[in-house]
Amino acid sequence: MSVTLDLPKPLDRVGMAARVARDIPEGWYVNLGIGIPTMVADQVPAGREVVFQSENGVLGIGPAPAEDKIEPWLINAGKQHVTLLPGGAFMHHADSFAMIRGGHLDLCVLGAFQVAENGDIANWATSENDTAPAVGGAMDLAAGAKRLWVVMEHTTKDGRPRLVKRCSYPLTALGSVSRVYTNLAVLDVTPDGFRVLDMVAGMTLAGLQAKTEATLS
Amino acid sequence: MIDKTVRSMAEAMAGVEDGAVILLGGFGAVGQPDALVEGLIEQGARDLTVVANNAGNGRVGLARLMELGRVRRMVCSFPRSTGSVVFEELYRAGKIELEIVPQGTLAERMRAAGAGIPGFYTPTAYGTKLAEGKEVREIGGRMSVLEQALHGDVALVEAWDADRWGNLTYKQSARNFNPVMAAAARLTIVQAQNMVELGTIPPETVVTPGIYVDRVLHVPYAS
Repeated sequence: MSVTLDLPKPLDRVGMAARVARDIPEGWYVNLGIGIPTMVADQVPAGREVVFQSENGVLGIGPAPAEDKIEPWLINAGKQHVTLLPGGAFMHHADSFAMIRGGHLDLCVLGAFQVAENGDIANWATSENDTAPAVGGAMDLAAGAKRLWVVMEHTTKDGRPRLVKRCSYPLTALGSVSRVYTNLAVLDVTPDGFRVLDMVAGMTLAGLQAKTEATLS
Repeated sequence: MIDKTVRSMAEAMAGVEDGAVILLGGFGAVGQPDALVEGLIEQGARDLTVVANNAGNGRVGLARLMELGRVRRMVCSFPRSTGSVVFEELYRAGKIELEIVPQGTLAERMRAAGAGIPGFYTPTAYGTKLAEGKEVREIGGRMSVLEQALHGDVALVEAWDADRWGNLTYKQSARNFNPVMAAAARLTIVQAQNMVELGTIPPETVVTPGIYVDRVLHVPYAS
């Protein structure tokens, strides 16, 4: 009986996005990557003003439009139709990345294939020989934002760890990640490696370590 | 009287040469000058290098230009979008060259070209395979990669309002690479949704001043 009760309950994608959103304070300027990161915007608690930037030159992105309110020329970096909040602004690509590279974003949230205990991130290609991989703005964001948080499943679909000692996939940036949100835990990247801040109900440090290649503390 | 407006696509595309480096505005479909791409297909220049964020969609526009064997080389940040079938086929068959550039570096290389800056150092891509073979140095305690200006022979730009001097505005996020590319090419060709009288665009809201523009073709489309 107690075994059933103790089974950890992994967060679903919305749950992971909500967990990230909880930690974003009012007033931050934030860029969200494609996938689960994009879902973070809708999970920010009501009444908290956070300004979302999209690297295709939009600052102040609002929620998705209703079907009949779509503006064909207004998209986010994932090429989804979005809205612009009052106070929003458009800029060209070089200015948009000046904003990113110049350290003006408080936070960037990206997905990843792997994060290493030294903060290296691999999120754009799954092998050295990947034919025509697509990097987009990931390298600029990872190198440029004040903070880089990663949100991803704790393991691959077939159970291999994504929190590793050294990334085996091609790197996006070196030593850039400061925090990782998974479906099982929240971990800070410290000079001594991954430090567990938070785990889902029913998860133990030993149980989490069993799903993690890097050593946890 | 200065009048950069052209009356026909043939006039807009005159002089685009084989082997040209074409800077193609847009982020996916938004801000991409579709009519000018069709015009380029019609015009016939080949052996082209195309600089664009993406590598085309479906079998029309840029994808069609590639399928016709007219593009030797793509320079882009995100060649693999949903529907980039033609590019992927050609790439797998070894029939098209690809240079992947981080998106911000791509934009800045063209900004630098337009601004007369031959190169710049950026921390972006340091330590990754996209920096392989490039000069690196530590500046202000950060390892950085030397990137070079990226000039175009021709820029194809989509604008919203334009006047006969070539002053331009852009619609919402259709701005993206367009103003950067307009400044980075020797010949900048614009398709504009609206042609307006000189002086109509408030000077404070001109995004691309006409000095960067050579030809404007009025291409209204349903909206």
